[in-house]
Amino acid sequence: MQDFLLVYRADLNAMPKNPSPEQMQATTKRWMDWIGGIAAQNKLGDRGNRLYPSGKVVKADNVIADGPYTEIKECIVGYSIVKAASIEEATELTKGCPILAAGGNVEVREVNQM
Amino acid sequence: MKQAELIPHLFRTEYRKIVSVLCKLFGIDHIEIAEDIVSDTFLLASELWGLKDLPENPTAWLYTVAKNKTRDYLRRNLLFAQHISKEVRHNTTVSEEIEIDLSVKNINDSQLAMIFVVCHPCNPAEARIGLALNLLCGFGVEEIANAFLTNREVIYKRLQRAKEKLRTEKIQIEQPTLSEIDDRLSTVLMILYLLYNEGYYSSGQDITLRKDLCLEAMRLTCLLIDSQACEGNERDEALAKFEQTNKPFANALLALMCFQSSRFDARLDQNGETILYQDQDTDLWDQELIRRGEYFLDQASQGNKISKYHLEAGIAYWHTNRADTKEKWENILQLYNQLLLIEYSPIAALNRTYALAKANGKREAIIEAEKINLTGNHLYHSLLGELYTGIDNAKAILHLQNALELTRSTTDKIRITQKITECKQKETPIPGSKQYEF
Repeated sequence: MQDFLLVYRADLNAMPKNPSPEQMQATTKRWMDWIGGIAAQNKLGDRGNRLYPSGKVVKADNVIADGPYTEIKECIVGYSIVKAASIEEATELTKGCPILAAGGNVEVREVNQM
Repeated sequence: MKQAELIPHLFRTEYRKIVSVLCKLFGIDHIEIAEDIVSDTFLLASELWGLKDLPENPTAWLYTVAKNKTRDYLRRNLLFAQHISKEVRHNTTVSEEIEIDLSVKNINDSQLAMIFVVCHPCNPAEARIGLALNLLCGFGVEEIANAFLTNREVIYKRLQRAKEKLRTEKIQIEQPTLSEIDDRLSTVLMILYLLYNEGYYSSGQDITLRKDLCLEAMRLTCLLIDSQACEGNERDEALAKFEQTNKPFANALLALMCFQSSRFDARLDQNGETILYQDQDTDLWDQELIRRGEYFLDQASQGNKISKYHLEAGIAYWHTNRADTKEKWENILQLYNQLLLIEYSPIAALNRTYALAKANGKREAIIEAEKINLTGNHLYHSLLGELYTGIDNAKAILHLQNALELTRSTTDKIRITQKITECKQKETPIPGSKQYEF
Protein backbone atom coordinates (compact mmCIF):
# COMPACT_ATOMS: atom_id res chain seq x y z
CA MET A 1 0.00 0.00 0.00
CA GLN A 2 1.24 3.45 -0.94
CA ASP A 3 0.21 6.81 0.46
CA PHE A 4 -1.55 9.21 -1.86
CA LEU A 5 -2.24 12.86 -1.17
CA LEU A 6 -5.65 14.10 -2.17
CA VAL A 7 -5.70 17.85 -2.73
CA TYR A 8 -9.15 19.42 -2.83
CA ARG A 9 -9.50 22.53 -4.94
CA ALA A 10 -12.49 24.76 -5.41
CA ASP A 11 -13.45 28.18 -6.66
CA LEU A 12 -14.17 30.04 -3.46
CA ASN A 13 -16.18 32.68 -5.30
CA ALA A 14 -18.60 29.99 -6.43
CA MET A 15 -19.17 28.81 -2.86
CA PRO A 16 -22.13 30.14 -0.83
CA LYS A 17 -20.94 33.25 1.00
CA ASN A 18 -22.87 32.91 4.24
CA PRO A 19 -24.10 29.35 4.48
CA SER A 20 -26.95 28.68 6.89
CA PRO A 21 -26.35 26.27 9.79
CA GLU A 22 -28.46 23.70 7.91
CA GLN A 23 -26.31 24.07 4.80
CA MET A 24 -23.13 23.73 6.84
CA GLN A 25 -24.50 20.66 8.59
CA ALA A 26 -25.46 19.11 5.27
CA THR A 27 -21.97 19.82 3.90
CA THR A 28 -20.33 18.25 6.95
CA LYS A 29 -22.53 15.17 6.58
CA ARG A 30 -21.56 14.76 2.89
CA TRP A 31 -17.87 14.96 3.75
CA MET A 32 -18.14 12.65 6.75
CA ASP A 33 -20.15 10.08 4.80
CA TRP A 34 -17.61 10.14 2.00
CA ILE A 35 -14.47 10.00 4.14
CA GLY A 36 -16.16 7.45 6.46
CA GLY A 37 -16.62 5.27 3.37
CA ILE A 38 -12.88 5.39 2.68
CA ALA A 39 -12.12 4.63 6.33
CA ALA A 40 -14.57 1.69 6.19
CA GLN A 41 -12.36 0.21 3.45
CA ASN A 42 -9.36 0.68 5.76
CA LYS A 43 -7.81 2.96 3.15
CA LEU A 44 -7.65 6.22 5.06
CA GLY A 45 -4.13 7.32 5.97
CA ASP A 46 -4.94 10.67 7.52
CA ARG A 47 -8.24 12.50 7.39
CA GLY A 48 -6.24 15.67 6.80
CA ASN A 49 -7.62 19.15 7.30
CA ARG A 50 -9.53 21.98 5.79
CA LEU A 51 -7.66 25.19 5.02
CA TYR A 52 -8.73 28.77 5.63
CA PRO A 53 -9.12 30.70 2.41
CA SER A 54 -6.69 33.51 3.25
CA GLY A 55 -2.95 33.00 2.93
CA LYS A 56 0.36 34.38 1.81
CA VAL A 57 2.66 33.42 -1.00
CA VAL A 58 6.35 34.05 -0.51
CA LYS A 59 8.48 34.54 -3.60
CA ALA A 60 12.14 35.21 -4.21
CA ASP A 61 13.56 38.57 -3.17
CA ASN A 62 11.24 38.68 -0.18
CA VAL A 63 8.16 39.36 -2.25
CA ILE A 64 5.12 38.42 -0.20
CA ALA A 65 1.71 38.35 -1.83
CA ASP A 66 -1.75 37.80 -0.41
CA GLY A 67 -2.90 34.31 -1.36
CA PRO A 68 -2.42 32.57 -4.67
CA TYR A 69 -5.81 33.65 -6.00
CA THR A 70 -4.98 36.63 -8.15
CA GLU A 71 -3.74 34.46 -10.98
CA ILE A 72 -5.93 31.38 -10.65
CA LYS A 73 -9.60 31.13 -9.85
CA GLU A 74 -9.50 28.06 -7.66
CA CYS A 75 -7.54 27.44 -4.50
CA ILE A 76 -6.67 24.57 -2.22
CA VAL A 77 -9.40 24.12 0.39
CA GLY A 78 -8.11 20.98 2.08
CA TYR A 79 -6.23 17.72 1.87
CA SER A 80 -6.31 14.09 3.01
CA ILE A 81 -4.02 11.09 2.71
CA VAL A 82 -5.35 7.74 1.49
CA LYS A 83 -3.73 4.33 1.20
CA ALA A 84 -3.99 2.46 -2.08
CA ALA A 85 -2.13 -0.13 -4.12
CA SER A 86 -1.98 2.04 -7.24
CA ILE A 87 -2.77 5.51 -8.55
CA GLU A 88 -5.82 3.99 -10.27
CA GLU A 89 -7.13 2.66 -6.97
CA ALA A 90 -6.47 5.99 -5.26
CA THR A 91 -8.28 7.79 -8.07
CA GLU A 92 -11.21 5.42 -7.70
CA LEU A 93 -11.50 6.48 -4.03
CA THR A 94 -12.19 10.09 -5.02
CA LYS A 95 -15.53 9.10 -6.57
CA GLY A 96 -18.31 10.80 -4.67
CA CYS A 97 -16.01 13.40 -3.12
CA PRO A 98 -18.29 16.32 -2.17
CA ILE A 99 -15.88 18.83 -3.72
CA LEU A 100 -16.82 17.49 -7.16
CA ALA A 101 -20.50 18.28 -6.66
CA ALA A 102 -19.47 21.79 -5.58
CA GLY A 103 -17.70 22.36 -8.89
CA GLY A 104 -14.21 21.71 -7.53
CA ASN A 105 -11.68 18.99 -8.24
CA VAL A 106 -9.39 16.53 -6.53
CA GLU A 107 -5.75 16.16 -7.41
CA VAL A 108 -4.31 12.70 -6.64
CA ARG A 109 -0.56 12.50 -6.05
CA GLU A 110 1.53 9.59 -4.91
CA VAL A 111 3.66 10.39 -1.87
CA ASN A 112 7.35 9.86 -2.51
CA GLN A 113 8.58 8.91 0.97
CA MET A 114 11.80 10.63 2.00
CA MET B 1 -28.39 -13.60 51.78
CA LYS B 2 -28.16 -17.34 52.29
CA GLN B 3 -24.88 -18.83 53.36
CA ALA B 4 -24.54 -20.72 50.04
CA GLU B 5 -24.65 -17.44 48.14
CA LEU B 6 -22.79 -15.40 50.72
CA ILE B 7 -19.34 -16.91 50.30
CA PRO B 8 -19.23 -16.64 46.48
CA HIS B 9 -20.54 -13.10 46.81
CA LEU B 10 -17.93 -12.12 49.39
CA PHE B 11 -15.29 -13.85 47.34
CA ARG B 12 -16.16 -11.61 44.39
CA THR B 13 -16.21 -8.42 46.42
CA GLU B 14 -13.57 -9.00 49.11
CA TYR B 15 -10.96 -11.27 47.51
CA ARG B 16 -9.39 -8.52 45.42
CA LYS B 17 -9.48 -6.06 48.31
CA ILE B 18 -7.52 -8.26 50.70
CA VAL B 19 -5.19 -9.51 47.95
CA SER B 20 -4.48 -5.92 46.87
CA VAL B 21 -3.69 -4.77 50.42
CA LEU B 22 -1.43 -7.76 51.05
CA CYS B 23 0.31 -7.47 47.68
CA LYS B 24 1.04 -3.85 48.42
CA LEU B 25 2.34 -4.86 51.85
CA PHE B 26 4.55 -7.70 50.60
CA GLY B 27 5.65 -6.19 47.30
CA ILE B 28 5.65 -7.63 43.82
CA ASP B 29 8.01 -10.50 44.72
CA HIS B 30 5.45 -12.20 46.91
CA ILE B 31 2.14 -12.02 45.04
CA GLU B 32 1.63 -15.76 45.49
CA ILE B 33 1.91 -15.51 49.28
CA ALA B 34 -0.84 -12.89 49.31
CA GLU B 35 -2.99 -15.12 47.11
CA ASP B 36 -2.38 -18.15 49.36
CA ILE B 37 -3.29 -16.28 52.52
CA VAL B 38 -6.54 -14.99 51.07
CA SER B 39 -7.46 -18.36 49.56
CA ASP B 40 -6.81 -20.01 52.96
CA THR B 41 -9.02 -17.41 54.61
CA PHE B 42 -11.93 -18.18 52.31
CA LEU B 43 -11.36 -21.91 52.67
CA LEU B 44 -11.60 -21.56 56.44
CA ALA B 45 -14.76 -19.49 56.07
CA SER B 46 -16.44 -22.11 53.92
CA GLU B 47 -15.51 -24.84 56.40
CA LEU B 48 -16.52 -23.00 59.58
CA TRP B 49 -19.59 -21.09 58.38
CA GLY B 50 -21.17 -24.34 57.25
CA LEU B 51 -20.79 -25.89 60.70
CA LYS B 52 -21.53 -22.96 62.97
CA ASP B 53 -23.68 -19.88 62.74
CA LEU B 54 -22.57 -17.13 60.43
CA PRO B 55 -20.40 -14.49 62.08
CA GLU B 56 -22.23 -11.27 62.85
CA ASN B 57 -20.14 -9.34 60.37
CA PRO B 58 -18.78 -11.80 57.78
CA THR B 59 -16.59 -9.21 56.05
CA ALA B 60 -14.96 -8.14 59.31
CA TRP B 61 -14.45 -11.83 60.14
CA LEU B 62 -12.62 -12.33 56.84
CA TYR B 63 -10.43 -9.30 57.46
CA THR B 64 -9.52 -10.46 60.97
CA VAL B 65 -8.66 -13.98 59.84
CA ALA B 66 -6.62 -12.65 56.92
CA LYS B 67 -4.76 -10.30 59.27
CA ASN B 68 -4.00 -13.12 61.71
CA LYS B 69 -2.84 -15.41 58.94
CA THR B 70 -0.60 -12.67 57.61
CA ARG B 71 0.91 -12.05 61.06
CA ASP B 72 1.46 -15.80 61.49
CA TYR B 73 3.14 -15.93 58.14
CA LEU B 74 5.40 -12.98 58.88
CA ARG B 75 6.34 -14.46 62.28
CA ARG B 76 7.13 -17.87 60.78
CA ASN B 77 9.01 -16.27 57.97
CA LEU B 78 11.00 -14.20 60.41
CA LEU B 79 11.93 -17.20 62.58
CA PHE B 80 13.01 -19.03 59.47
CA ALA B 81 15.03 -16.09 58.26
CA GLN B 82 16.70 -15.69 61.67
CA HIS B 83 17.81 -19.29 61.69
CA ILE B 84 19.34 -19.17 58.28
CA SER B 85 20.55 -15.61 58.13
CA LYS B 86 22.21 -13.61 60.86
CA GLU B 87 21.93 -10.36 58.97
CA VAL B 88 18.19 -10.04 59.44
CA ARG B 89 18.36 -10.40 63.25
CA HIS B 90 18.10 -6.72 63.85
CA ASN B 91 14.67 -6.89 62.25
CA THR B 92 13.29 -9.05 65.08
CA THR B 93 10.52 -6.70 66.00
CA VAL B 94 9.29 -6.11 62.48
CA SER B 95 6.39 -8.56 62.67
CA GLU B 96 5.01 -6.80 65.74
CA GLU B 97 5.17 -3.44 64.06
CA ILE B 98 3.73 -4.24 60.69
CA GLU B 99 0.20 -3.05 60.54
CA ILE B 100 -2.18 -4.76 58.20
CA ASP B 101 -4.35 -1.86 57.22
CA LEU B 102 -7.76 -2.94 55.89
CA SER B 103 -9.37 0.47 56.09
CA VAL B 104 -11.53 1.70 53.22
CA LYS B 105 -8.85 4.19 52.29
CA ASN B 106 -6.03 1.70 52.14
CA ILE B 107 -8.19 -0.85 50.33
CA ASN B 108 -9.05 1.71 47.65
CA ASP B 109 -5.46 2.88 47.33
CA SER B 110 -4.18 -0.68 47.12
CA GLN B 111 -6.76 -1.74 44.55
CA LEU B 112 -6.02 1.25 42.34
CA ALA B 113 -2.32 0.57 42.60
CA MET B 114 -2.90 -3.10 41.72
CA ILE B 115 -4.99 -2.23 38.66
CA PHE B 116 -2.04 -0.29 37.30
CA VAL B 117 0.37 -3.14 38.11
CA VAL B 118 -1.83 -5.79 36.53
CA CYS B 119 -2.36 -3.71 33.37
CA HIS B 120 1.32 -2.78 33.10
CA PRO B 121 2.33 -2.68 29.44
CA CYS B 122 5.34 -4.97 30.06
CA ASN B 123 2.97 -7.90 29.55
CA PRO B 124 1.02 -8.68 26.36
CA ALA B 125 -2.70 -7.79 26.37
CA GLU B 126 -4.00 -11.35 26.80
CA ALA B 127 -1.71 -11.88 29.80
CA ARG B 128 -2.92 -8.63 31.34
CA ILE B 129 -6.55 -9.71 30.98
CA GLY B 130 -5.65 -13.03 32.59
CA LEU B 131 -3.86 -11.32 35.47
CA ALA B 132 -6.77 -8.96 36.03
CA LEU B 133 -9.17 -11.89 36.24
CA ASN B 134 -6.83 -13.81 38.51
CA LEU B 135 -5.67 -11.16 40.96
CA LEU B 136 -8.46 -8.60 40.85
CA CYS B 137 -11.50 -10.75 40.19
CA GLY B 138 -10.47 -13.87 42.10
CA PHE B 139 -10.93 -16.13 39.05
CA GLY B 140 -9.17 -19.47 39.23
CA VAL B 141 -7.11 -20.94 36.38
CA GLU B 142 -10.02 -23.19 35.43
CA GLU B 143 -12.50 -20.31 35.17
CA ILE B 144 -10.12 -18.21 33.11
CA ALA B 145 -9.45 -21.17 30.81
CA ASN B 146 -13.22 -21.54 30.29
CA ALA B 147 -13.60 -17.85 29.58
CA PHE B 148 -10.86 -17.92 26.95
CA LEU B 149 -12.01 -21.28 25.57
CA THR B 150 -8.59 -22.77 26.15
CA ASN B 151 -7.07 -25.30 28.56
CA ARG B 152 -5.78 -24.91 32.10
CA GLU B 153 -2.17 -25.51 31.14
CA VAL B 154 -2.09 -22.57 28.72
CA ILE B 155 -3.59 -20.19 31.26
CA TYR B 156 -1.44 -21.44 34.12
CA LYS B 157 1.73 -20.83 32.11
CA ARG B 158 0.47 -17.47 30.89
CA LEU B 159 -0.18 -16.28 34.46
CA GLN B 160 3.16 -17.59 35.74
CA ARG B 161 5.04 -15.86 32.94
CA ALA B 162 3.15 -12.61 33.51
CA LYS B 163 3.86 -12.60 37.26
CA GLU B 164 7.50 -13.44 36.62
CA LYS B 165 7.69 -10.56 34.16
CA LEU B 166 6.33 -8.13 36.77
CA ARG B 167 9.00 -9.37 39.18
CA THR B 168 11.92 -9.16 36.76
CA GLU B 169 10.81 -5.70 35.67
CA LYS B 170 10.64 -4.76 39.38
CA ILE B 171 7.25 -3.13 38.94
CA GLN B 172 6.35 -1.18 42.07
CA ILE B 173 2.88 -1.58 43.52
CA GLU B 174 1.95 2.05 43.61
CA GLN B 175 -0.19 4.44 41.69
CA PRO B 176 1.52 6.14 38.81
CA THR B 177 2.50 9.75 39.27
CA LEU B 178 0.34 12.51 37.85
CA SER B 179 2.59 12.88 34.83
CA GLU B 180 2.36 9.16 34.03
CA ILE B 181 -1.34 8.80 34.65
CA ASP B 182 -2.75 9.65 31.21
CA ASP B 183 -0.48 7.25 29.44
CA ARG B 184 -0.89 4.42 31.92
CA LEU B 185 -4.62 4.97 32.30
CA SER B 186 -5.16 4.41 28.58
CA THR B 187 -3.61 0.92 28.78
CA VAL B 188 -5.72 0.16 31.86
CA LEU B 189 -8.89 1.24 30.02
CA MET B 190 -7.94 -0.86 27.01
CA ILE B 191 -7.59 -3.97 29.20
CA LEU B 192 -10.91 -3.30 30.94
CA TYR B 193 -12.53 -2.78 27.52
CA LEU B 194 -11.12 -6.08 26.25
CA LEU B 195 -12.13 -7.86 29.45
CA TYR B 196 -15.67 -6.58 29.03
CA ASN B 197 -15.85 -7.55 25.37
CA GLU B 198 -14.56 -11.01 26.23
CA GLY B 199 -17.69 -11.47 28.31
CA TYR B 200 -20.08 -9.64 26.03
CA TYR B 201 -19.07 -11.03 22.66
CA SER B 202 -17.31 -14.33 23.37
CA SER B 203 -18.72 -17.43 21.76
CA GLY B 204 -18.59 -19.34 25.05
CA GLN B 205 -21.91 -20.87 26.06
CA ASP B 206 -21.60 -20.32 29.80
CA ILE B 207 -23.90 -17.32 30.29
CA THR B 208 -23.18 -16.93 34.02
CA LEU B 209 -19.45 -16.82 33.37
CA ARG B 210 -19.84 -14.32 30.53
CA LYS B 211 -22.01 -12.09 32.67
CA ASP B 212 -19.47 -12.32 35.47
CA LEU B 213 -16.70 -11.13 33.15
CA CYS B 214 -18.80 -8.11 32.20
CA LEU B 215 -19.65 -7.32 35.80
CA GLU B 216 -16.03 -7.60 36.89
CA ALA B 217 -14.90 -5.29 34.11
CA MET B 218 -17.55 -2.81 35.24
CA ARG B 219 -16.54 -3.06 38.89
CA LEU B 220 -12.91 -2.39 38.04
CA THR B 221 -13.84 0.56 35.83
CA CYS B 222 -15.99 1.88 38.68
CA LEU B 223 -12.94 1.72 40.91
CA LEU B 224 -11.20 4.18 38.64
CA ILE B 225 -14.09 6.58 38.81
CA ASP B 226 -15.38 6.54 42.33
CA SER B 227 -15.52 4.05 45.14
CA GLN B 228 -19.05 5.13 45.91
CA ALA B 229 -20.47 4.66 42.46
CA CYS B 230 -20.32 0.90 42.79
CA GLU B 231 -20.44 -0.42 46.26
CA GLY B 232 -21.63 2.42 48.40
CA ASN B 233 -18.44 2.72 50.40
CA GLU B 234 -18.01 5.64 52.74
CA ARG B 235 -16.72 8.76 51.13
CA ASP B 236 -13.49 9.83 52.71
CA GLU B 237 -10.40 11.80 51.95
CA ALA B 238 -9.27 8.99 49.69
CA LEU B 239 -11.70 10.37 47.13
CA ALA B 240 -9.08 12.91 46.17
CA LYS B 241 -7.15 9.96 44.75
CA PHE B 242 -9.92 9.30 42.29
CA GLU B 243 -9.52 12.67 40.69
CA GLN B 244 -6.42 11.25 39.07
CA THR B 245 -8.22 8.39 37.39
CA ASN B 246 -11.75 9.79 37.16
CA LYS B 247 -11.15 10.99 33.61
CA PRO B 248 -13.60 11.51 30.75
CA PHE B 249 -12.25 8.42 28.94
CA ALA B 250 -12.91 6.22 31.97
CA ASN B 251 -16.44 7.62 32.30
CA ALA B 252 -17.06 7.03 28.61
CA LEU B 253 -15.94 3.42 28.95
CA LEU B 254 -18.22 2.86 31.92
CA ALA B 255 -21.12 4.49 30.06
CA LEU B 256 -20.52 2.09 27.18
CA MET B 257 -20.49 -0.87 29.56
CA CYS B 258 -23.73 0.28 31.23
CA PHE B 259 -25.57 0.69 27.93
CA GLN B 260 -24.37 -2.65 26.59
CA SER B 261 -25.12 -4.47 29.84
CA SER B 262 -28.64 -3.06 29.93
CA ARG B 263 -29.44 -5.55 27.15
CA PHE B 264 -27.54 -8.47 28.63
CA ASP B 265 -30.59 -10.45 29.72
CA ALA B 266 -32.49 -9.63 26.53
CA ARG B 267 -29.79 -10.55 24.05
CA LEU B 268 -29.05 -14.14 24.99
CA ASP B 269 -31.37 -17.10 25.05
CA GLN B 270 -31.08 -19.97 27.53
CA ASN B 271 -28.42 -21.64 25.40
CA GLY B 272 -26.23 -18.56 25.26
CA GLU B 273 -27.16 -17.88 21.64
CA THR B 274 -27.60 -14.28 20.57
CA ILE B 275 -31.10 -12.89 20.10
CA LEU B 276 -31.08 -10.21 17.40
CA TYR B 277 -31.59 -6.64 18.51
CA GLN B 278 -34.94 -6.26 16.74
CA ASP B 279 -36.23 -9.49 18.28
CA GLN B 280 -35.31 -8.63 21.86
CA ASP B 281 -37.94 -8.20 24.56
CA THR B 282 -37.48 -4.54 25.51
CA ASP B 283 -39.08 -5.22 28.90
CA LEU B 284 -35.87 -7.07 29.71
CA TRP B 285 -33.74 -3.99 29.02
CA ASP B 286 -32.42 -2.72 32.33
CA GLN B 287 -33.62 0.89 32.59
CA GLU B 288 -31.57 1.54 35.73
CA LEU B 289 -28.36 0.67 33.88
CA ILE B 290 -29.42 2.87 30.97
CA ARG B 291 -29.87 5.79 33.37
CA ARG B 292 -26.47 5.13 34.89
CA GLY B 293 -24.97 5.01 31.42
CA GLU B 294 -26.49 8.39 30.64
CA TYR B 295 -25.01 9.80 33.85
CA PHE B 296 -21.50 8.55 33.05
CA LEU B 297 -21.77 9.67 29.41
CA ASP B 298 -22.66 13.11 30.70
CA GLN B 299 -19.59 13.03 32.97
CA ALA B 300 -17.52 11.87 30.00
CA SER B 301 -18.43 14.92 27.95
CA GLN B 302 -16.08 17.13 29.98
CA GLY B 303 -12.80 18.02 28.37
CA ASN B 304 -12.09 18.37 24.70
CA LYS B 305 -10.65 14.99 23.79
CA ILE B 306 -12.77 12.29 22.22
CA SER B 307 -11.96 8.60 22.49
CA LYS B 308 -13.33 5.52 20.83
CA TYR B 309 -15.09 4.83 24.13
CA HIS B 310 -17.02 8.10 23.75
CA LEU B 311 -18.08 7.18 20.23
CA GLU B 312 -18.98 3.60 21.08
CA ALA B 313 -20.89 4.79 24.13
CA GLY B 314 -22.75 7.25 21.90
CA ILE B 315 -23.69 4.47 19.49
CA ALA B 316 -24.76 2.25 22.38
CA TYR B 317 -26.82 5.14 23.77
CA TRP B 318 -28.81 5.47 20.54
CA HIS B 319 -29.46 1.75 20.65
CA THR B 320 -31.18 2.05 24.01
CA ASN B 321 -34.14 3.41 22.07
CA ARG B 322 -35.49 0.86 19.64
CA ALA B 323 -37.72 3.11 17.55
CA ASP B 324 -36.24 3.50 14.05
CA THR B 325 -36.06 7.25 13.62
CA LYS B 326 -34.16 9.20 11.00
CA GLU B 327 -32.42 11.10 13.80
CA LYS B 328 -31.27 7.90 15.50
CA TRP B 329 -29.68 6.38 12.41
CA GLU B 330 -28.17 9.64 11.22
CA ASN B 331 -26.47 9.99 14.62
CA ILE B 332 -25.31 6.39 14.64
CA LEU B 333 -23.91 6.79 11.12
CA GLN B 334 -21.92 9.90 12.06
CA LEU B 335 -20.60 8.24 15.22
CA TYR B 336 -19.43 5.26 13.16
CA ASN B 337 -17.82 7.62 10.62
CA GLN B 338 -15.86 9.25 13.44
CA LEU B 339 -15.02 5.91 15.04
CA LEU B 340 -13.55 4.63 11.78
CA LEU B 341 -11.45 7.77 11.48
CA ILE B 342 -9.93 6.98 14.90
CA GLU B 343 -9.57 3.23 14.45
CA TYR B 344 -10.53 0.85 11.67
CA SER B 345 -12.11 -2.49 12.48
CA PRO B 346 -14.05 -4.79 10.15
CA ILE B 347 -17.03 -4.89 12.51
CA ALA B 348 -17.18 -1.08 12.70
CA ALA B 349 -16.98 -0.93 8.89
CA LEU B 350 -19.89 -3.38 8.55
CA ASN B 351 -22.00 -1.67 11.21
CA ARG B 352 -21.31 1.71 9.64
CA THR B 353 -22.62 0.40 6.32
CA TYR B 354 -25.78 -0.89 7.98
CA ALA B 355 -26.31 2.55 9.56
CA LEU B 356 -25.70 4.10 6.13
CA ALA B 357 -28.50 1.98 4.70
CA LYS B 358 -30.83 3.09 7.47
CA ALA B 359 -29.86 6.77 7.15
CA ASN B 360 -29.22 7.22 3.42
CA GLY B 361 -30.99 4.27 1.83
CA LYS B 362 -30.12 0.75 0.71
CA ARG B 363 -28.88 1.57 -2.78
CA GLU B 364 -26.13 3.87 -1.55
CA ALA B 365 -25.22 1.35 1.13
CA ILE B 366 -24.89 -1.50 -1.40
CA ILE B 367 -22.27 0.45 -3.36
CA GLU B 368 -20.36 1.21 -0.15
CA ALA B 369 -20.71 -2.34 1.17
CA GLU B 370 -19.22 -3.85 -1.97
CA LYS B 371 -16.20 -1.58 -1.64
CA ILE B 372 -15.53 -2.94 1.86
CA ASN B 373 -14.97 -6.31 0.23
CA LEU B 374 -14.62 -8.47 3.34
CA THR B 375 -15.48 -11.57 1.33
CA GLY B 376 -14.20 -14.04 3.93
CA ASN B 377 -16.46 -12.65 6.67
CA HIS B 378 -19.93 -14.19 7.07
CA LEU B 379 -21.24 -10.93 8.49
CA TYR B 380 -20.25 -9.16 5.28
CA HIS B 381 -22.38 -11.54 3.25
CA SER B 382 -25.23 -11.38 5.76
CA LEU B 383 -25.18 -7.59 5.44
CA LEU B 384 -25.25 -7.69 1.64
CA GLY B 385 -27.98 -10.32 1.79
CA GLU B 386 -30.00 -7.96 3.94
CA LEU B 387 -29.29 -4.94 1.71
CA TYR B 388 -30.16 -6.73 -1.55
CA THR B 389 -33.39 -8.15 -0.14
CA GLY B 390 -36.22 -6.46 -2.02
CA ILE B 391 -33.83 -4.86 -4.50
CA ASP B 392 -32.27 -7.88 -6.15
CA ASN B 393 -33.41 -11.04 -4.40
CA ALA B 394 -31.26 -13.30 -6.58
CA LYS B 395 -28.13 -11.49 -5.38
CA ALA B 396 -29.47 -11.48 -1.84
CA ILE B 397 -29.80 -15.26 -1.97
CA LEU B 398 -26.25 -15.66 -3.33
CA HIS B 399 -24.83 -13.62 -0.45
CA LEU B 400 -26.94 -15.40 2.13
CA GLN B 401 -25.70 -18.74 0.80
CA ASN B 402 -22.11 -17.51 1.16
CA ALA B 403 -22.88 -16.42 4.72
CA LEU B 404 -24.38 -19.83 5.43
CA GLU B 405 -21.19 -21.56 4.30
CA LEU B 406 -18.91 -19.26 6.31
CA THR B 407 -20.69 -19.12 9.66
CA ARG B 408 -20.02 -21.65 12.39
CA SER B 409 -22.87 -20.69 14.67
CA THR B 410 -25.92 -22.96 14.62
CA THR B 411 -28.29 -20.12 15.42
CA ASP B 412 -26.86 -18.09 12.54
CA LYS B 413 -27.36 -21.05 10.20
CA ILE B 414 -31.01 -21.41 11.17
CA ARG B 415 -31.57 -17.67 10.83
CA ILE B 416 -29.87 -17.43 7.44
CA THR B 417 -31.69 -20.47 6.06
CA GLN B 418 -34.95 -18.85 7.08
CA LYS B 419 -33.99 -15.63 5.28
CA ILE B 420 -33.11 -17.56 2.12
CA THR B 421 -36.53 -19.20 2.14
CA GLU B 422 -38.21 -15.81 2.58
CA CYS B 423 -36.17 -14.33 -0.29
CA LYS B 424 -37.08 -17.18 -2.60
CA GLN B 425 -40.76 -16.57 -1.96
CA LYS B 426 -40.51 -12.92 -2.96
CA GLU B 427 -40.58 -11.75 -6.53
CA THR B 428 -37.57 -9.76 -7.67
CA PRO B 429 -38.92 -6.32 -8.56
CA ILE B 430 -38.65 -5.27 -12.18
CA PRO B 431 -35.72 -2.84 -12.57
CA GLY B 432 -36.91 0.73 -12.55
CA SER B 433 -40.10 -0.10 -10.70
CA LYS B 434 -40.83 0.99 -7.17
CA GLN B 435 -37.69 0.99 -5.10
CA TYR B 436 -37.50 -0.60 -1.71
CA GLU B 437 -36.03 1.86 0.75
CA PHE B 438 -36.02 2.03 4.50
